Amino acid sequence: MGTIVSILVLVLFLTAILTGGYNKKFLQRVQGSNMWDWLTTVDHKKIGIMYLGAGGFFFLIGGLEALLIRVQLFYPNNDFIVGDTFNQLLTMHGTTMIFFVAMPLLIGFMNVAVPLQIGARDVAFPFLNALSFWLFLGGGIMLNLGWLFGGAADAGWTSYVPIASNQFSPGPGVDYYVLGLQISGIGTLIGGINFLVTIINMRAPGMTFLRLPLFTWTTFVTSALILFAFPPLTVGLLLIMFDRIFGSHFFDAAMGGNSLIWQHLFWIFGHPEVYIVILPAFGIISEVISTFSKKRLFGYNSMVFATILIGFLGFMVWAHHMFTVGMGPVANAIFAVATMSIAVPTGIKIFNWLFTMWGGRLQFTTAMKFAVGFIPTFVMGGVTGVMLASPPADYQYHDSYFVVAHFHYVLIGGTVFGVLAGVYYWWPRMFGHKLNERLGNVHFWLFFIGFHLTFLIQHWLGLYGMPRRVFTYQAADGLTWINQVSTVGAVMMGVATLVFLYNVVYSRKSATAASAERDPWDGRTLEWAIPCPTPEYNFAQLPKVRGLDAWWMEKMAGNKELEPAEPLQPIHMPSSSYRPILMSLGFFVSGLGFIFRTIEVGVLGLVMVFLLMFTRSFEQDHGYHIEVDQIKEAEKGA
Amino acid sequence: MIGRVLLTFALFALLLSGCQQPRMSVLEPQGEAGQMQLDLVYLSIYIMVFVCVIVLAIFTYVLIRFRQKPGDNTIPKQVEGSTKLEILWTVVPIILLAILAVPTLKSTFTLAAKPPKAEQPVEVKVTAHQYWWEFEYPELGIKTAQELHIPTGKKVHLELTSVDVVHSFWVPSLAGKTDLIPGRKNTMWMKADKPGTYEGRCAELCGASHALMNFHVVAEKPEEFQKWVKQRQKPSSQPQTAQEKEGKKVFAQNCMGCHAIDGAGLKGPGNKGPNLAGFGDRDKIAGLLENNPENLNKWLHNPQNVKPGAHMPAIDFLKKKDLDALEAYLESLK
Amino acid sequence: MGAGNHATATTGLPAHPEKATFEGKNKVLGFWLFLGAETVLFACLFGTYLALKNSHLGGPTTQDLFEIPLVAAATIILLTSSLTSVLAVLEMKRNHLGRMQFWFGVTVLLGLAFLGLEIYEFVHYVHEGHTFTSSAFGSAFYALVGTHGSHVLFGTVWITTLMVQAAKRGLNLDMAPKFYVASLYWHFVDVVWVFIFTVVYLMGKVG
Repeated sequence: MGTIVSILVLVLFLTAILTGGYNKKFLQRVQGSNMWDWLTTVDHKKIGIMYLGAGGFFFLIGGLEALLIRVQLFYPNNDFIVGDTFNQLLTMHGTTMIFFVAMPLLIGFMNVAVPLQIGARDVAFPFLNALSFWLFLGGGIMLNLGWLFGGAADAGWTSYVPIASNQFSPGPGVDYYVLGLQISGIGTLIGGINFLVTIINMRAPGMTFLRLPLFTWTTFVTSALILFAFPPLTVGLLLIMFDRIFGSHFFDAAMGGNSLIWQHLFWIFGHPEVYIVILPAFGIISEVISTFSKKRLFGYNSMVFATILIGFLGFMVWAHHMFTVGMGPVANAIFAVATMSIAVPTGIKIFNWLFTMWGGRLQFTTAMKFAVGFIPTFVMGGVTGVMLASPPADYQYHDSYFVVAHFHYVLIGGTVFGVLAGVYYWWPRMFGHKLNERLGNVHFWLFFIGFHLTFLIQHWLGLYGMPRRVFTYQAADGLTWINQVSTVGAVMMGVATLVFLYNVVYSRKSATAASAERDPWDGRTLEWAIPCPTPEYNFAQLPKVRGLDAWWMEKMAGNKELEPAEPLQPIHMPSSSYRPILMSLGFFVSGLGFIFRTIEVGVLGLVMVFLLMFTRSFEQDHGYHIEVDQIKEAEKGA
Repeated sequence: MIGRVLLTFALFALLLSGCQQPRMSVLEPQGEAGQMQLDLVYLSIYIMVFVCVIVLAIFTYVLIRFRQKPGDNTIPKQVEGSTKLEILWTVVPIILLAILAVPTLKSTFTLAAKPPKAEQPVEVKVTAHQYWWEFEYPELGIKTAQELHIPTGKKVHLELTSVDVVHSFWVPSLAGKTDLIPGRKNTMWMKADKPGTYEGRCAELCGASHALMNFHVVAEKPEEFQKWVKQRQKPSSQPQTAQEKEGKKVFAQNCMGCHAIDGAGLKGPGNKGPNLAGFGDRDKIAGLLENNPENLNKWLHNPQNVKPGAHMPAIDFLKKKDLDALEAYLESLK
Repeated sequence: MGAGNHATATTGLPAHPEKATFEGKNKVLGFWLFLGAETVLFACLFGTYLALKNSHLGGPTTQDLFEIPLVAAATIILLTSSLTSVLAVLEMKRNHLGRMQFWFGVTVLLGLAFLGLEIYEFVHYVHEGHTFTSSAFGSAFYALVGTHGSHVLFGTVWITTLMVQAAKRGLNLDMAPKFYVASLYWHFVDVVWVFIFTVVYLMGKVG
C-alpha cells in the first residue's frame, strides 16, 4: 500500500512541476485538450475505440503470458517458470483473455456499430456507457497490479475454493482477482442494460426487430445474457471476499461451508459467459460473410431464432463443467442431454453461413478470410464440445489438454477470428482508412496456421494423459514432441500479432484524405450510409428503414442517400462528464483498500462513489444542441 | 496449403513416436471402465467426423465454385432461405445426437453404480493431500501412499476425499476422473484386465506442485496381490543392522511428528505425511523420483526443490552419519 | 429527443409523467431490467442460504433463534411502506407536490423503523452466539438478510435525496421518472422481504 501511495504522490508532484503549477489557464488548456476530450467523452464511437484499444493492450499482455507458458512446457522438467509463479501465469492468462480481452473487444464493436446499425444517435445512457468503460479499465488494471505488488492471482481463472481461500492462497493475488472482476463486472452489467434499452427503445422508424442486422441481434441476446449471468458471479465473488477478508465460512468445510456452492455460482455465470463472448462474434461473421458474398443472409429468421435459443439453453447447462464432482448419474444425464441440444441451433448457424456463400460472389478480403477461416475452426471446436457433453467420455477429457484444445478452438477460432474479421471490416468506419490488405493476408495465414499448429495436437496431449494447468511433465510420458510443436505454433501466432501491429502503423502512415470512403466494402447496413468520418451526431436526419439490409435496399433502388424520416432540425447531444472516470477511481481506491485490509480506505472509496452519484443526481444537465446550419456545414464537408 | 502442413505433421509424428510412446493413453484402455469410456469417445468421434466431412465438403465446394471471377460484377440473386433445407439441418443433427445420447446415458448410470457385494470388490479409501495420495484398504487394515496396488480382473471400489483442497484422481488407461473434495465423499470404480503399472495424475489445480502430484497403480495377478497384502499386513519395519537401528532413532527424533511406520512400534506418530511402511519396496520417492539412495538424499535435503510448495521441511540439519543411518533405515522398510 | 430540454419549462404534468420524455422511457425500462438482475442476485443468495442453513455447528439453530412476532412486525411495517409509496406516486401523477412529499416521507420513516428492528434483531442474535463468523449458517444468514437490509438503507437515502430535490425544484418531467423508479425499487425490496420472511423465518421455524 505504501508503495502505491508514494507512487501516486510522486506522479502528482511531477505533474505539478511539469505543468508549472495549477492555475486557471492550465485548467482551460487541459479542458481544451484532446486527452480531456477522450477522458470525459460519452460518445459511443469514441468509447468503442477506447474499448478496442484497451482490450488490444490486454490481449498483448495475455498473449505474452501464453508464450511464457508455452516456453516453460517446451521440454520436460524445464525449470524456467515453475510452481506458484506458473500458476499465476496460467490464472492471469485465462482471466485476462476472457474478461479483459474477449469481452471488451466485443463490447467495443457493439459500441462502434450497434447505434449506427439501428439508426440511432447514441446509446440509451451515454453517461453510463462511459462509466461501463472506465469500470472495465479500472478492474483490468487492478487485476494486473498483482504482478507488481504482492503477486498475482494463482487459483486458476475459475478460482475454485478452497485453493482460492486464505489458507491456501495467502497472498493478495486472489483479492486482486476478486475485486478486479467485481469492479469490471459492475461495468459490464450496466453495459448490458444499456444495450438492451438502446435496441428496444432507440431503433429508427421502420427498423422492426426482424429487420435488425444480425450483429445487433446477437448484441441484444448477449446483453440479456449479461443481465442474468453476471449477478451470480457478483454473489460468488462477494462470498469469496467475505471468506477472505471478513472471516466468514461459506466455503470452509471445517466450519460447515460447502465449496461446491462456488463452483455452481461460478458456472451459472460461466457457461452463459461462453455465449456472451461467442454470440457477438457470430454476429460479426454473419455481417462479413453476407457483405463479401454480396448476398442477403441465408435463413435470417432461423438465424435470429437460433441465437435466442442458444442464449436460452446457455443457462441450462452449467453443470456440464462439473461432471466429475459427484453430482450423481441423474444430474449428469440431464445436463448431458441439455448440452448436446445446443449443437442443433449452432449447426443451423453453420449451414446458414455456408448457404449464404452458396451462389454468391465471394471477395476474399482479409475480413472475409478471417470469417471463412472461422467456419471450419469453429466447427472443430463445436464438435469437440458435443464430445465433451457425454459424461463418461468427459471423465477422461475433463481438466486435460483435450479441454484446453476445445475451448481455444472456440475462443480463438470463434471469438478471436470473429473479432479480427470485425477489426478489418469496421476499421475504415472507425479511422477513415482501410488496413493494408497485403499485410492483412500475411497476418491471416500466419495466425491461422500458427493457431492450428498450437492447438490441434493438444487434443492428443489430453488423450495421452496430460492434465491442464501443469507446469511440467515427465520425459517418460511421451508428450515432449507434441508440446514442442505446440510451442512453435504459439510463436507463429505471436509473430502474426506483430505483423498486425505493424499493419496498423503502416496503414495509418500511408492513409490520405482520399482513403476516407463512406462505403468501402459496398456494405448492406446503415453504418455504411453515413459520411466518413462519422459525424458526432451519426445521422443528420434519422433514416426511414424499409427492410432488412436497409442501405443495400436503397442502393438497389438506385438511391444515393437514405430516405430521412424527420425534417432537418437541431440535434440534442449529451454533455461530456468527468464523473465516470472519477467514479471508477473511487471503486479502484475502495478495491485497493480491501485488498490491503485497510477497511477505512475501502469504505472511503465507496463513499467517494456515492458522493459522486449523489451530486450527479442534483446536477441539472440537459446537454446541448447542434444547430441546423452547423449540421449542414458538417454534411457538406464530408 | 493446409494439406502440406498436415503432411509435415504426420512425418514429424512418425519420426518422434518411434522413440517415445505415450504411457498413459486414454486410447489404450486396460480395463472395463476405461474401455466403456473409450467406446463413447470413438462413437462421438465417428459421428463428429461425419459432420465435419459434410461441412468441409460444402465449404470447399463453395469457396472454389463461388469465388469472384475477374471482371464479374453481377449482383447475385438475393435468396431469403429455404424451409426444406433448414428443416433438414435441424432434424439430422437431432437424430445424430440421439444416437450419441442413448449409449451415453447407459454408461453414465453403469459407471455410477456401486459394484455389488457378490463381486467382492476391493474397497480402497483414497485421501488426497497437497501433493501426495494416501491409500487405505479398510477391509485389509492397510495404509499406504503413492502406490495403489490392485488385483487384476476385479473391480476396485474407491471412496475419495481430500483433507485440503480439491484434487482429481485420474488413471487415464484405467478410468476417467473423479474429484476429491474436502468435506465430501465421492465414489468410483475401476478394473485392470492385465498386470502392469499404470500412471496416475492429479487433474485439478491444487497448488504449486499440482504438476508433480503423480502416483501409479500397480495391477497384479490375484496371487501376487495376496502376497503383497500379506507383506503389508505384517511389514518388516524393525531395523536389523546397527546403522538401521541408529536410523530408527533419528527417525523417532526428527520425522515421527508427521510420519508413521506401521509395525515399527513407534509411540504416537503423526499422520500429516505418508505412512512409510514398506518404503523400500516402492518404485518412487514422493511419487516422482526413482527410488534410490541418491534421490532419497536429494529429496530429504530439499523437498521444495523437487516439489515446489511441498509441506515437508528440509532435512538438511542432520550430521552426515545420522542422515546415512536414516536413509539406510528407510530403504530397509519392506 | 429534445424533450429533456423542455422539461423544466412544462407546467402541469401529462398523464404518465414518468414516461413522457424519451429519457424517462429509457430510465423506466432500464430500471426494470436492473431489477431483473437484482432478482437473480437475490436468488443466488437464497440458494446459498438454503444450502447452508443447517450448518450451524452446534450453535443456535433457526428454531432457537427466530422470534416470529418481531419479524412479523417488521414485515407489516415494510408492507405498509410499500403501500405509502404507491400513494406517493399516485399523488405525483396528480401533480400534488406536498402530498407526494408527505407519503414518501412516511415511506422513508417506515423504512427506518424496519431497519431499527432489524438492527435490534441482529444485536440480539449476536448475544446468542449467532454471528457472521460463527458458522456457515451464520455467514449465509447475514449475507442474505444483510444484503436486503443494505438495500433498504440505500432506498431510504435515495428517496430522501429525491425529496430534497423535489423541494428545491418542484415536480417536473425530469423528477417524475426518478420518483417512479425509486418507488419501483422500493416495491422490489419489499417483495424480496416477503420471500425472506417465508423462506428464512417461517420455514426456519417449521424445520
